Amino acid sequence: MRALVACVKICYEGTTRGNHHTMDEATIAVELQGVTKRFGDVVAVDNIDLTITDGEFFSLLGPSGCGKTTTLRMIAGLELPTRGSLSIHGEEMGLRPPNRRPVNTVFQSYALFPHMNVRANIGFGLEMRKVVRDERSDLIDWAIDLVEMGGMGHRKPGQLSGGQQQRVALARALVNRPEVLLLDEPLGALDLKLRQQMQIELKNLQREVGITFVYVTHDQEEAVTMSDRIGVMHEGRLLQIDTPEAIYERPTTRFVADFIGRTNFLEATVASGDEIVLANGDRLRVSTGHADGTTIAVTVRPERLTVHNRDHAPDGRHRLDGIVDSVVYLGNAVIYSVSIDWMHLEVRCPASLAGERRGPGDEVTVSFDAGHTSVVVG
Amino acid sequence: MPAVATQGLEHQAERAKSRQGFLLGLPAIVYLLVFFVIPLGIVIAYSFATRTRSGRTELNDWNVEAYRRLGEDVVRAVAFRSLWIAVLTTVVCLVLAYPLAYFISTRSPAVRNMMLVGVMIPFWSNFLIRTYAWRVLLDSDGLFTQMVSAVGLGDGRILFTSNAVILGLVYGYLPFMVLPLYASIERIDWSLVEGARDLYASGWMAFRRVVWPLSRPGVIAGSILVFVPSFGAFVTPAILGGNKKGLMGSYIVDQFLDARNGPLGASLSVVVLGVMLVGTLIYFRQGGRTL
Repeated sequence: MRALVACVKICYEGTTRGNHHTMDEATIAVELQGVTKRFGDVVAVDNIDLTITDGEFFSLLGPSGCGKTTTLRMIAGLELPTRGSLSIHGEEMGLRPPNRRPVNTVFQSYALFPHMNVRANIGFGLEMRKVVRDERSDLIDWAIDLVEMGGMGHRKPGQLSGGQQQRVALARALVNRPEVLLLDEPLGALDLKLRQQMQIELKNLQREVGITFVYVTHDQEEAVTMSDRIGVMHEGRLLQIDTPEAIYERPTTRFVADFIGRTNFLEATVASGDEIVLANGDRLRVSTGHADGTTIAVTVRPERLTVHNRDHAPDGRHRLDGIVDSVVYLGNAVIYSVSIDWMHLEVRCPASLAGERRGPGDEVTVSFDAGHTSVVVG
Repeated sequence: MPAVATQGLEHQAERAKSRQGFLLGLPAIVYLLVFFVIPLGIVIAYSFATRTRSGRTELNDWNVEAYRRLGEDVVRAVAFRSLWIAVLTTVVCLVLAYPLAYFISTRSPAVRNMMLVGVMIPFWSNFLIRTYAWRVLLDSDGLFTQMVSAVGLGDGRILFTSNAVILGLVYGYLPFMVLPLYASIERIDWSLVEGARDLYASGWMAFRRVVWPLSRPGVIAGSILVFVPSFGAFVTPAILGGNKKGLMGSYIVDQFLDARNGPLGASLSVVVLGVMLVGTLIYFRQGGRTL
């Protein structure tokens, strides 16, 4: 695949849209402004604003029914927005039908034409755009090589495995050299091992061809592994758009903190300016930007917490006394559940740093750095 | 040795079971033998028999004279007229049924079922009676005739013409076209159409390249289900066609009852049966079993 990727790069640089791909110029590939989609009384997508940069691997992440697929389908033109504006490379898409948009989609079900062989499937888009036969044939060859499906050109989709169908679906979209490639949970039907392999291949492919990928998934690990930026959606709203690291380390809402990885929520209220009061009365210096008296929560990831012998926690860290409830040994880490008088905390210690193992009933002090916390509302 | 013993027992049990099955099927087998296989044999035998001058059929002197007569102009004209009417009926049914089947299969399941019941409602009353009802409608002062004249579509008097026959056949066989078409269109994965649209196909091209080829089993099944009975139709041409121009069905009846030419009637029947058999075989090969 790697050698072919170089070839892809050359092919892409030769296209007329090459000017969009210069590195220092951050062009906007897709822009959504105030986009809302209603199905009857149900608001599937609720007034979202979103800007996706050229060449970016952007993921829309959220649980099923959050509106991520509907958003993708609106970019593809398969759904029309109820309200708002949607443009691709500065061109308003409005009510333009899908066949006149510079995007292609890899469908969750692949949607391969069962009555056409692999070559006919891959060549369909080129045929519709009246690419002449010779050129079409060359491009099909290129796409088949790209996804390593050599020798299978004359098979029908029904004769292919799920992973192979996935590759054909990818080739069928990429062969058209779309300005934006839309992927709707393309790895959802594959088994775990193949999925992980395809994650890496997809990411490499995207990096080399420089096409903007908009990737819909409910799998947070997949989104974090592959994306340049992630937009987390919930109940039709875009809650946070950030890099995977920022989404993980600095979630702005309780939903995002909870949906991505594991975390602890410490209930608190804003006391004054940059001081908050935890539920047990402890004061903590954290700037929140919220008005005094606002109910908030402080999230701390389990691996940002440290367990010490009672009263042996270092200065400069916030300390909470508690008693160990349970210990789970995971091989590479130890998970402690520590009961402090108003809640339970989950603490993750890397096995290499765990030191002496603590047991249930041990009196300990849990500490954390205020800088490793995030404030969320609700 | 025990393995062999088991094998023998198994064999005996299977024989007993198959004997039981045969006994249960016997009444139906006898019925079919007496009222279907034997008459069919008689028809085939008749087609090779001799017609005497007085119009009797003599079951000796076997010959293929009757089949040779199929090449005569009169007979050929009847066959081609039947073929033409059957083809026209099939095409009209297809043109009418395809959009309807497409429409039904894109409705919600509840609406779909209601509409399918609607398509089948005509079956609740007798075909003969419904054909006579058409005769009333097509009468020179009938509702159809008056309405056609009223909207200015010209002379609405089509009773006893080929058009009336086609109208009657289309009316009678339309459901046989709608149902297989519906069955095949309904099964098409809608995301394939979206896939085609995403790959730059216009709505028309998505239909031509995806929906139409995937619904072809239904087109073939429906066409055969309409063509075969239209080709051999007897009741509709007799009632609505006025029998001025003979079609296969009535021509065969004429041979037996009026012309007293049993061998010719029989050979025509064998030919019609052959056409239907070929049609049915194509139907089954094209996935007709799913209907």
